[in-house]
Amino acid sequence: MFILNLIFRNAFRHRLRTLLTVVGLMIAVLAFGLLRTVVDAWYAGAAASSSTRLVTRSAISLTFFLPVSYGSRIRGLEGVKTVAWSNWFGGVYQEPKNFFPQFAVSENYMDLYPEFILSDEDRQAWLRDRKGVLVGRQLADQFGFKVGDALPIRGTIYAGNWEFTVRGIFDGIDDTKVTRQMMFHWSYLDETVRKVSPRRAGYTGVYVIGIDSMDNAAVISRNVDALFANSLAETLNETEQAFQLGFVAMSDQIIAAIRIVSYVVILIIMAVMANTMAMSARERNAEYATMKALGFGPGFLALLIFGESLLIAIIGGGLGIALTAPAAEAFKSVAGIFPIFSVSNDTIVIQVACSLGVALIAAVVPAIRASRVKIVDGLRAIG
Amino acid sequence: MSTPTAIPFAYILRNLWTRRLTTALTAGGLALVVFVFAAVLMLDAGLKQTLVTTGELDNAVAIRKGAETEIQSGISRMQASVIETHPAVATGADGRRLVSKEAVVLISLKKNGAEKPSNIVIRGISELGIDLRPQIKLVAGRRFKMGSSEIIVGSSIAKGFEGVAIGNTLRFAQHDWTVVGIFDAGGSGFDSEIWGDADQLLQSFRRSAYSSMVVKLTNADAFDRFRADIDTDPRLTNEVKREQTFYSDQSKALSTFITILGMTLTVIFSVGAMIGAMITMYASVASRVGEIGTLRALGFRRSSVLYAFVAEALMLGLVGGLIGLAFASLMQFASFSTTNFQTFADLSFRFTLTAGIVTKTLLFALGMGLIGGFLPAMRAARMNIVDSLRAA
Repeated sequence: MFILNLIFRNAFRHRLRTLLTVVGLMIAVLAFGLLRTVVDAWYAGAAASSSTRLVTRSAISLTFFLPVSYGSRIRGLEGVKTVAWSNWFGGVYQEPKNFFPQFAVSENYMDLYPEFILSDEDRQAWLRDRKGVLVGRQLADQFGFKVGDALPIRGTIYAGNWEFTVRGIFDGIDDTKVTRQMMFHWSYLDETVRKVSPRRAGYTGVYVIGIDSMDNAAVISRNVDALFANSLAETLNETEQAFQLGFVAMSDQIIAAIRIVSYVVILIIMAVMANTMAMSARERNAEYATMKALGFGPGFLALLIFGESLLIAIIGGGLGIALTAPAAEAFKSVAGIFPIFSVSNDTIVIQVACSLGVALIAAVVPAIRASRVKIVDGLRAIG
Repeated sequence: MSTPTAIPFAYILRNLWTRRLTTALTAGGLALVVFVFAAVLMLDAGLKQTLVTTGELDNAVAIRKGAETEIQSGISRMQASVIETHPAVATGADGRRLVSKEAVVLISLKKNGAEKPSNIVIRGISELGIDLRPQIKLVAGRRFKMGSSEIIVGSSIAKGFEGVAIGNTLRFAQHDWTVVGIFDAGGSGFDSEIWGDADQLLQSFRRSAYSSMVVKLTNADAFDRFRADIDTDPRLTNEVKREQTFYSDQSKALSTFITILGMTLTVIFSVGAMIGAMITMYASVASRVGEIGTLRALGFRRSSVLYAFVAEALMLGLVGGLIGLAFASLMQFASFSTTNFQTFADLSFRFTLTAGIVTKTLLFALGMGLIGGFLPAMRAARMNIVDSLRAA
């Protein structure tokens, strides 16, 4: 009990200094947590993808289209249960910064996504309205869309002003699902394109294939690609997860930079913390000498310093960790670009590890110095 | 007895030197923040420079109205010939119009060591396409022949991607395309592209319309009239932009993203570093109470003491700033490549250090020192002579 008391009193001897160090640690641990969460958010799409869905796209690149006639040929393959298709629309709602994904999808598209919950009523209403759209809950909340609202979109890939009506809002089955997107009828897109440029009609961006079992994914992928090998539009098949990871990989250097920088903040605070401990220990040289003269061993002194460092780190780190979740929530509502932005357990574990690591490393040099202090020199320092 | 007015600068420096460990730790913390700050600015400067140099001042780009990038755009052959005949378009020595009708598509290619392919721009150009961009220099091999399935690759592609050495073939759109040359585009966006014959590419991709068209204007001032005419011509659904504006607009989203992310980080980090500086300066003041009393008793004014401690904090900031800047300047040897959200294609750019960034970074470092040191310096200046002498 005595040592705990001593550590506690030592830690709060310089209230201002301890307060500043605690605040610094809190900010660093908080920043670290938020940065890790940003990286996690990037992978949210891939993490939420299903292993029983395959995505087929043009072998050249995603900007090339596949004939819609491929659908029935893919459906004939063994192990294929459902074939739906979707096409990136890339329109602008009001202004470019309001970006959200828009897909022109086949009527059966939602069947492939059991993680999106859509009431039968909404689904029927959508199917009946040629210009109807389905919007996800996160998107509806962001812009305040309600069923029945008009939703005008300016096309960039498909020129012109497109008038849609919200016919249904779907929810994610849990928090990890991204519902910040909009779906409308591919047939509506196709009819319109046919009028303007008939050559571009009858094509879609990707096929989404529902398969019977994830064990057959590799075989079915190969079969689909073989079916269209050496045709005008060769295909590339991958699992939905691989497809999503492809998008993440495009920004891999940005993600790597964020990862590195998240550890830089820990280094910064390590320097601050080490400084605090070094100063405190130096000021107490005379005390350490006195304690040694009273018979306390060097191990005890080291323990005192480590204990003080840990105490400060636990308070600062604890506050930082506690604030991470509310800060993430606030960031999510302000930034709006990451539909999934929740702090993972891994992040919290690493935050704890970093706080303790900082505390221990910061205390090493002062502890060694204190334990080596010669009684005579230390006492003379008072003089 | 004369009253000394200023505390010697050497005194300030020696104070920092006496507490080397503390000074090093504090300056180190500041240096890390400065490094992040400078690196972000350099990245943004590099991105802007890359996209601005991509365009020539007296070149204009025509695209379909409403399209934001060349990938989304389309220009029919008829529209292209209408634009070509506009009087503002310059004519070459042989009487031909200086235009390049271009086909821009994306293909997937693997980066060195990457598992996932990135999207790369393949640009089909007319015969004059290279000459319209004077920054393009062939560094190896030769130009592709018109009417053949030969291609040349940009220097960033040649460095960063697999299977693009001269003599290699790339297979896409049911053809094998032979790499015959490597070009350097002076650090512009074209360095991240592959070029070939537009008509060959259009044929293999089964397309009939060009994506965009680049024209050289008779002079840069002719642009406004050119734009107005194209805008109002009932045969056309196109718009024209200056080449420079066109490419720098395409980097807006990425540039904003980098700046916002970077500045948010720097602000948060700088709070940490300023706290570090503040702790150091408070300790520096606290351990010198007797000294401060002595200085004041010798006749130094409160303002001199304030100045001495503020100067000490500024020096701390300056040391941190210089160290951070030194490491940041090493980043100039690194390049950065990522997908541009707007064009959906891979773009490679460098960290670029400019005089403006050096100034901004040093001011930022001094600012952190000042904010961290001001309160402790105030405390030192406010000390009562008698009390502080007694405390010693």
